[in-house]
Amino acid sequence: MAKKKGASLIVADPRKIELAEEADVFMQLRPGTNTALLNGMINVIIEEGLADEQFIRERTEGYEEMASVVKKYTPDYVEGITGVAAADIRKAARLYARAENAGIYYTMGITQHTDGTNAVSAIANLAMVTGNLGKPSSGVNPLRGQNNVQGACDMGALPGVFTGYQGVDNEAARAKFEEAWGVKLNPVPGLTTTEMFDSILEGKIKVLYVMGENPLLSDANINHVEEALEKLDFLVVQDIFLTETAAKADVVLPAAAFAEKSGTFTNTERRVQMVRQAIDPPGAAKADWVIITDLANKLGLGWQYAGPADIFQEIAQLTPSYAGISYERLEQEGGLQWPCPSADHAGTPYLHKDTFSRGKGLFKPIEYQPPAEEPDQEYPLVLTTGRNRYHYHTGSMTRQSKPLSTYRPEELAQVNKTDAERLGIKDGDLIRVSSRRGQVEVKAAVTEAVPPGVMFMTFHFHESPVNVLTNNKLDPISKTPELKVCAVKLEKIA
Amino acid sequence: MVSLTINGKKVEVEPETTILQAANKLGYFIPTFCSAPGLSLVGTCGMCVVQVDKTGTLLASCNTPVAEGMVVYTDSEQIHAARREVLNNLRAGHPLDCLTCEKSGACLLQDYCYLYGVFQMDYSGYKRKYELDDANPFFIRDMNKCVKCGLCVRTCHEINGAAAVSLVNPGANVEPPVFNESSCVFCGMCVDICPVGALTPKQRLGKGRTWELKRIKTICPYCGVGCGLELQVKDNKVVNVEGDVTSPVNRGQTCVKGHFGFDFLESPARLTSPLIRKNGELVEATWDEALSLIAARLKQAKGEELAGLASARATNEDNYLFQKLIRSLGSNHVDHCARL
Repeated sequence: MAKKKGASLIVADPRKIELAEEADVFMQLRPGTNTALLNGMINVIIEEGLADEQFIRERTEGYEEMASVVKKYTPDYVEGITGVAAADIRKAARLYARAENAGIYYTMGITQHTDGTNAVSAIANLAMVTGNLGKPSSGVNPLRGQNNVQGACDMGALPGVFTGYQGVDNEAARAKFEEAWGVKLNPVPGLTTTEMFDSILEGKIKVLYVMGENPLLSDANINHVEEALEKLDFLVVQDIFLTETAAKADVVLPAAAFAEKSGTFTNTERRVQMVRQAIDPPGAAKADWVIITDLANKLGLGWQYAGPADIFQEIAQLTPSYAGISYERLEQEGGLQWPCPSADHAGTPYLHKDTFSRGKGLFKPIEYQPPAEEPDQEYPLVLTTGRNRYHYHTGSMTRQSKPLSTYRPEELAQVNKTDAERLGIKDGDLIRVSSRRGQVEVKAAVTEAVPPGVMFMTFHFHESPVNVLTNNKLDPISKTPELKVCAVKLEKIA
Repeated sequence: MVSLTINGKKVEVEPETTILQAANKLGYFIPTFCSAPGLSLVGTCGMCVVQVDKTGTLLASCNTPVAEGMVVYTDSEQIHAARREVLNNLRAGHPLDCLTCEKSGACLLQDYCYLYGVFQMDYSGYKRKYELDDANPFFIRDMNKCVKCGLCVRTCHEINGAAAVSLVNPGANVEPPVFNESSCVFCGMCVDICPVGALTPKQRLGKGRTWELKRIKTICPYCGVGCGLELQVKDNKVVNVEGDVTSPVNRGQTCVKGHFGFDFLESPARLTSPLIRKNGELVEATWDEALSLIAARLKQAKGEELAGLASARATNEDNYLFQKLIRSLGSNHVDHCARL
C-alpha cells in the first residue's frame, strides 16, 4: 500500500521473497555478507556527496574513523563479496539517501550471524550518515519476531538487567529492587540462553525452569541442547503443550494460552497493549502469573497479587519508561508507546528526536567478516533458515491448528534448480541434508527463489529439525548463534 | 470549508468530503454495499443514492464530493424505490438460506431488505449458478451469495497487495469475482469485509449465530507487530477471529495465522494437568504435589545453580514475575529466546 502511495522499496535478501517483486531495487546478496553491502551503500553515499553533513556534524561522533573504513568498500569491491551488481548498490544507495524519510526494517537475517551486532551498527551508520533518525517514518527498526519479545526484554527477562534495562550491576538500581522485593540480589550479570547450556554441561547450572519456550527445537545445534537437558539435576517446563523440551522435564506445569488470561503485550514499536481473557483455560491449567505466584509463596516469598493489574502497577513503579502507563489508561486510550514517564505523558511514537540516549550518535567503523563456516568441498552448499507464512517458530501452536497444518503439513526445503539438476533431485524428492553437526531427511522443493549454492529450511517441523544442522558459533556480543549460515551437503534418498 | 444543506440541516465540511461522509456527520444513515473506509470508491452498487438540488437527480453519495450550496435529500419515495430495485435484483439470484447462513444477523442484504420492505421471497426459479468452492482449508466461497460490491477485490489489491481476487466483466454486466488460489495468501481480509455470506470461515460453521457471539478485543499471539484481534466466543470456545478495526496497529488487517490459527486453543494435545516424572514416566499430579516438589528442588539449588528461561510469548506480567522469582532466589541466569 505504501508503494502505491509513492514510496520506494529496496529489498535485500538472499532469497527472492514475494516483496522482491514489488521492489525498485532487489539485492540478492550471499548469506552472511550484510556488513559488506551496508558499507558499500555508505561508500556510495559519501563518495557522491549524498551524506547529511549537518546531521553528522551536530548529532554524531566518530564519523572520520567510520568513513576511512568504508573507503575501500567500493561498489565493485562489494559486488565481489556479496554478488550484488555494483549498479544496484549505487541505485539503492541513491534511492535511500535522497528520500526525505527513509526507514530500515530488519529481522533475524541481520542478527543471526557471528557478526550480527556489527551489522546492526552498520545499519545505524547508514541511518546516521543520511540523518534518517529521530524523525517520523525513518530510523532503524528491528521487527521483533514474537508477540512479546519486546515486553520480555523490557520486563528484565534478560541476564544483565532488571525491568526497563536497569543493570543488575548498577548499585542504585539493585538497591531499589532489593527494597521493593524485600530480598538480597546478586550483582553479577547472568548467562544468556546459549551460554546456559554450556554451563549446564560444565556442571555449574543444575536446575532449569523453562516457561513457554522450546529450546530443543529453536536453538542452534540442538544435539548439544539435548545433551545439556539430560545432564540437569532437575528440569521444570511450564507450557501449553507437551513440547519436545517439556517431554524431557521432571515436572510439567500446564499454562493458560493468550485467550485464557489477561495482561499486556508490548509490540515491536514499544506499544503496550491490553490482552483480555476470552475463555477459561482447559482442565487444571492456570495463567503463568498465577503459577509463579503460587510457587513463590510455597518458597515463602509472601507475594500478594490479586490480578495482573496489581503486577502491572508494581512494574510501573519500578520502571521509569513504564511509569506513566496504567490499565486504566490502556483501557481508555488503547496502546501506549514507551517511554511514557508520567501519567500525563502521551507516550513516544519514535525515539532519538533531539538526542540519543548516549548523547551523540556514535559511528562504529565496521569491517566485513565472513561467516564462521563457509562452504567447502565436503559441504558445498550454504543453508540459511527462517520461517514460512503458515507456521510459526517451533510450530507448537500452528501445527495444532487444523487449517494451517492442513494447508502446509510438512517442510519443503528450498533447493535451487541448478543444484537440484546437478544432484538429480526433483520436486518432492526425499533428500538428506547433512552438516558437520548432524543430518535430517526432508522433502525438496526445487525453486529459483534461492540462488545456486544456497538452500533454505524452516525450523517449524520436528520431523526435520533443521537446528540439528545449524552452527552454534555465537556473535561475541549478543551471543546470538549463526543460524543464518552453515555449510551443508545434499543427497537424494528417494 | 464547504457548506451545504442535508435534509434541511446546514453542515460545514472539508472540501474533499463526500456526500455520504457529510450525511454521516449529521447522523443520517445511508445504506451502501460497495464503500468501506480505507478503500477506493467505485460507486457501483447503487444503494447509496441520494437526491441533489431541485432537479432531484439521483447520485451515488459515496463518491460524489460535496459542493458549496448543495442541497441534498437522503430519504424520499423515489430514493427508496431505487434502493428497493437494487435489492430486488440482488435478491432474485440469492439463495435464501438465511435459516442456516453463518452471516445471518450481520448480513447487509438481509438488513437492507428488512429496512426497505423487500418482503416477497420467491424461491421458484432459483438455481445455483456457481459451484461452491471449498478447496482451501480456511474459508468457503459461495458466489451465489455475492452482491458484486467488489470490496474483496479492492481489499486484496489495495490492502494486502496479493491481487488474488478480480472482478469479471466490471461494468453493467459485472459477475462475481474469481479467486486465484495460487496467489492467495489466505489473510482472510476478504472474508471480514464481505457484507453478505459469500465468504465464510470454515472454522465457525455451525458454532454459533452472530448474535450469540461474545466479542473480546485482544492482541494476536503470534509475531511482534501486535495486531488487534476480536475473538468471537460462544460456550467458552473461540469460534471465529476477525481483525480489530479500531486497532491503531493493524486497522482490522490480519495475516493467515492471526485470522485462522487460533484453534490450537482447543487442541486435545493441550496440557490440562501438572505432570511429575515417576519411574521415567510423566504422570498426572495435583498442583500442590507439583509445586511442593519444585519448591523443594529450587531450595536445594544454591544461587547460580538455578537458571530460568522466560517467554517471548507470555505477558509482561508473567515475565516480570518470572525474573523476579529467579532473581529473588539469587540467580541472574534468566533469559528468553530474543536471540533465536
